[in-house]
Amino acid sequence: MTTTITRGLSPVRTVIDNGAVVIVQETKTTAAVTINATVRAGGVHESEALPGVAYLTSRVLDRGTASRTADLIAEELDDRGVALRLFPTRHTTAVTCTCLAEDFEDVLAIVLDVIRNPVFPEEEVAKRRAEVLTALRQDADNPAVRSTDVLFEMLYGASHPYGRPAKGTPGGVEGMTRDNLVAFHRERFQPASLSLAIVGQVDGHHALECATRQLNGWSGHALTEPPLPKAASGAIREQRRVEIPGKAQSDIAYGFVAIDRLDPKFYAYFVMNNILGQFGLGGRLADNIRERQGMAYYAFSAFDPSIGPGPLMIRAGVDPANVERTIAAIDHEVGTLGSGGPTAQELAQSQQYLIGSLPRTLETNAGIAHFLQNAEIFGLGLDYDQRLPERIRAVTMDEVTAAASEVLHPERAVIAIAGPPAAESVSQV
Amino acid sequence: MNFKGTVNIPRDEIKGLVERFGGLWNGYTWIDQTTYLETAGRDALDQLLFIEAERMANGLYEPEDCESERTVIISELQGGENDPDQLLEQELTATAFRAHTYRHPTIGWLPDLKSMTRDDLYDHYRRYYVPNNATLVVAGDVDTDDVLKRVEKTFGAIAPGPDLTRLTVAEPPQLGERRVVIERPGTTAYLKAAWHAPAATDPEFFPMLVLDAILTGAKGANLWSSFRGLPPQRKSRLYTALVDRSLASSVTGMMLPTAEPFLYTISLTAMQGVALRTLEDALVEQIDRVRSEGVTDEEVARARRQLRARFVFENDSVTNIAHQLGYFETVAGAGYFSELPSRVERVTTSQVSDVARRRLSPAARTVGWFQPIEGRP
Repeated sequence: MTTTITRGLSPVRTVIDNGAVVIVQETKTTAAVTINATVRAGGVHESEALPGVAYLTSRVLDRGTASRTADLIAEELDDRGVALRLFPTRHTTAVTCTCLAEDFEDVLAIVLDVIRNPVFPEEEVAKRRAEVLTALRQDADNPAVRSTDVLFEMLYGASHPYGRPAKGTPGGVEGMTRDNLVAFHRERFQPASLSLAIVGQVDGHHALECATRQLNGWSGHALTEPPLPKAASGAIREQRRVEIPGKAQSDIAYGFVAIDRLDPKFYAYFVMNNILGQFGLGGRLADNIRERQGMAYYAFSAFDPSIGPGPLMIRAGVDPANVERTIAAIDHEVGTLGSGGPTAQELAQSQQYLIGSLPRTLETNAGIAHFLQNAEIFGLGLDYDQRLPERIRAVTMDEVTAAASEVLHPERAVIAIAGPPAAESVSQV
Repeated sequence: MNFKGTVNIPRDEIKGLVERFGGLWNGYTWIDQTTYLETAGRDALDQLLFIEAERMANGLYEPEDCESERTVIISELQGGENDPDQLLEQELTATAFRAHTYRHPTIGWLPDLKSMTRDDLYDHYRRYYVPNNATLVVAGDVDTDDVLKRVEKTFGAIAPGPDLTRLTVAEPPQLGERRVVIERPGTTAYLKAAWHAPAATDPEFFPMLVLDAILTGAKGANLWSSFRGLPPQRKSRLYTALVDRSLASSVTGMMLPTAEPFLYTISLTAMQGVALRTLEDALVEQIDRVRSEGVTDEEVARARRQLRARFVFENDSVTNIAHQLGYFETVAGAGYFSELPSRVERVTTSQVSDVARRRLSPAARTVGWFQPIEGRP
C-alpha cells in the first residue's frame, strides 16, 4: 500500500464566482470519499445574547431542506451507510461524512443542500433543543467537561466567545427560537464562507465539476469577521473548584492564554508543547505525574491556537486526595521548562517525531481533508504538507526556550478543578 | 506493565523508541485479547519488531514499577467510574453473567487491583505472552518475504510456552429477567438492556449483526475505530421510536465479535424529564414488536448496504487493517475476517426475524438503570 503522502499531496483548488472554495485531493487507498464542508459560522459569530446558537443550528441543519424532508434525508443517508457529522467550533461549522465512491455525487448533493437550504422545521427545533438541554445536564455531571469549561471561562472571561461553552447555557437554549437559527444561518452560511474539501477515490476533475455545478447559482453577501475581545486572565494565578458529588476522581485543567495560529512563534510553541505534555505518554508532565508518581492515567498538555490567541492547557485526572500534589507537579514541570527550556535531546526528539508523524496524519481521507481545511482557513497554502517539515526542522533551541519562558509561568497559571466535595472519600465508590 | 522496560530496553529509553520514527503506539486489553499497536514509517520496521519481541519475552516487572502502575490503573478505573454510563455497563455485565469470566470488567475490581502482587502479574505474563499464543500482523508498504525474514530473525529464538487451553466455563441458560438499579448523585438517567449473544463463530452472529443495524444503525466490526462517532441510524427502529419521539437523547447498540457468547446491549440516555420506566416500556414495546412481527426485506437490504459501506470505511488505514486482521485471527480464527462481507450478504430476512424472536426474549434479558438521585447536584 502506498499512502498519498509518499508522493506529497497534490490538491486542486478552485474559487467559484460566488466565493465558495473547492479543494479536491484524489487518493487510491479505499473505495471511499470523504466530504468536508466547512463554513465560517462558529461561536465567535454568535451575538452575546444567544450563546449556543451556532451549536443548536448545527443540530437542526440536516433536519429538512426546501426540497427534502428530515425523513428523506435520513433515508437517503442511511441507505448508503452514511452518517453526517456536524461539528461546530469557535470559528467554523464543519459538515463531514465518508461515503462509498459510487455514492459520491448523491451524497455531495445532500451535504450541499443541507448547507444551502435548511428550513429548520419547528418540530425539529423543539426536539433538538431538548437533546441539547439533556447534553448540558450530562456536561454538568462530567468533571472533565466541567474543569475545561471553567478553565476557559477563567482564561477568557464569560462573555468572550472562547470563554463560553459551545452548547450555550440551559436558560439561553430554552429560549432559543426557530427565528434565531434561521437568522444565524442566513447571516453566516454564505457561499463566501464555505470551503469544501473532497478527498478520496474520485476523479479530481469530475469532483470539481460536480461541486461547481451544485454550487453555481448560489449567491450571497460578503462577510466580515468580528473582532475578538481581549482575554480576561494574565497577571495573577487563579484557582477555582467545582464540586460534583459522587465522583471517584477529580479532573484538573490548568492553563494559559498562548498565541494565535499565524503568530511567527507558532512552530516554537508547537514543539515546546510536544516536549511539555505530548511526547511519548505525555511529555515531561506524564513522566512526572504518571510514570514517576503513579498518580494519573492521563496527564498531558494541548495547544490549540486559533484565529485569536488559543489556550495552552494541561489536563490530568487524579484521586481527589492527590489534587494538590498533582498541581505541585504541574507547577514544577511548567516552571522548570519555563525557566530552563528543553534539553538538546528533547528538542531533537520532538522535532523528529513531529516531522515523522506527518505521513500518519495524512493516511486517511478524513485526515487529509482536515489538514487541507486547516491550511485553507489559515491561508497556509496548497503545498503546506511539503513545507511543514522544514518549518519544524528550522525551530531553534533559543526559540523554544523563548516560547517556554514567555508562557510557562506557574505564578500566572489559571487552574480549575472539578470533582467530589472534599468530605467525600473514594471509599464510597 | 509491558511499557515499563525490558532486559534490552531500559525503562528510561522506552520513550522515543517509536516516536523517533514519527510513530504512534498504544495498546488495550479487552475480554478476549490484549493488543499492542504501533504505526510508524517503513524505516521503523526492525525497531517495531524488536520492541514487540522484547515485550513478549523480556519484560522486567520491577516491583517498584508494579506499585506505581497499580495506582495509575486505579486512577484509570476511577476515571471510568466518573462516567455513569460506563459504571452501568460494568454492573449490567456483572449481573448478566453468573458463571462466565466475561462478568469481570477488563480493568478488574478495585479490591483485586489493590491486592494483586508483582508475582501474580509476572505469572500471568509468563503464561500468556508466548509465541504460541500470539498473532503478529504487519501491514503497510512492505515486501512479504522480506518481513518474514526479519520476523524470523527477531522472534525465532523465543521459546514457546506450554500449550494453553482456554478456561472453558459455559454460562448456564438465563431463566428469568435480571435487573440492576444504581442510584447515585447525577444529572441524567441511563437505561441499558442486554441479552446473551452468539460468539463470532456462531452462524447466528451475522443475523444478529444485521438485526442490530436494523434496531440502532450499522457500526461495522472494528473494535478499535468503528464505535467513535454515530452510525447511520436515523431510520433505525429504536432511533425513530425513542430518540425521534423525544424519550431518549441517544441510542446505541453493541453487537461485538467475541470468542465466546457475550452480550448484545442496547444503551439509552433518557431525555431530561422522561422517567426510566416510561423509556423502558417504550423499548420493550419495540423489542416485542420485532419479536412478534419480524423484520422486513427492505430493512435487511438497508442493513446489508450499511454494513457493506462500514466494512470499507473501517479499513482506511494500515493501523485499522492490521488491527482487524489480528483481532479476528485471535477471536475467530484464520480466514474469518476476509469472509465478513460475504457472510453479511448471505443473511436472510427470516434468519434475522428468527434470531430476534429467540434471542431477545424477556426471560433472557438483563436491564440496568442508572437513576440519578433527585436534587443532587
